[in-house]
Amino acid sequence: MAEAKPRISILEYTGKATIVSFTDEKILEETDVKALQESIMSVIEQDHRITLVLDFGNVRYLSSAVLGLLIRVLKRVRERDGELRLCGISPKIYEVFKITRLTKTFDIYKDVESAIKD
Amino acid sequence: MRHSLLVESKPSAVNDICGRILSQVEQSGYSREDVFAVHLAIEEAFVNAVKHGNKMDASRTVKIEYTAGPEEIEIWLTDEGAGFDPDSVPDPRSGQNIYKPEGRGLLLIRSYMDEVSFNERGNSIRMVRYRHRPRALEDEGVEGT
Repeated sequence: MAEAKPRISILEYTGKATIVSFTDEKILEETDVKALQESIMSVIEQDHRITLVLDFGNVRYLSSAVLGLLIRVLKRVRERDGELRLCGISPKIYEVFKITRLTKTFDIYKDVESAIKD
Repeated sequence: MRHSLLVESKPSAVNDICGRILSQVEQSGYSREDVFAVHLAIEEAFVNAVKHGNKMDASRTVKIEYTAGPEEIEIWLTDEGAGFDPDSVPDPRSGQNIYKPEGRGLLLIRSYMDEVSFNERGNSIRMVRYRHRPRALEDEGVEGT
């Protein structure tokens, strides 16, 4: 299996939110998760009351390590009086959130458009 | 036929393991849902074995055995650690545990595999996923807000 290096190569700034898209289908290794976390954290630090939208539209697989990353991101965003929204989550990935009951912890939207609506 | 692998205690080794086992699972005609479930279970179990079992000690190995038969996929992972009591693992869904970054691996394994058991020492896990078994979990889209 080819190594997957998760990146956030697409960054869009709208008037209301910062949209970060994952570009890889699979987010696997712990080192990859750490690199991804550093990238996202640096985005959070750029704006005090950030509305951060994480777009999972390209992601087809993730593990509990990524859920841990999202928890850390959520805490940091809240510490900085911001908001975290997730979107573009496929049914299989959504099932992982449901099993772990994180659907109640995160604000999850169908797509980027609905995530930046208000 | 039971396949066997002896793998070094390095989290990145999971890529090669998943590649080998999942290609076997796919060749045996299992569904994409089965492949997803087995993939997740292997990764969570292997990371647990390397981090919590072998304590990231590179001199220790993880033994992986697997079969992809016509009716079920069966996987065993054994580390060289002291073992643990799976019943002592806190429920990551309850109370403040929901805000902890770790502790969801075993819950996911139990959710995606039909049978999960440990040896007495707690350093070896056996996981089974059946080809045809009705499951409570169903794919549901995000309703949107």
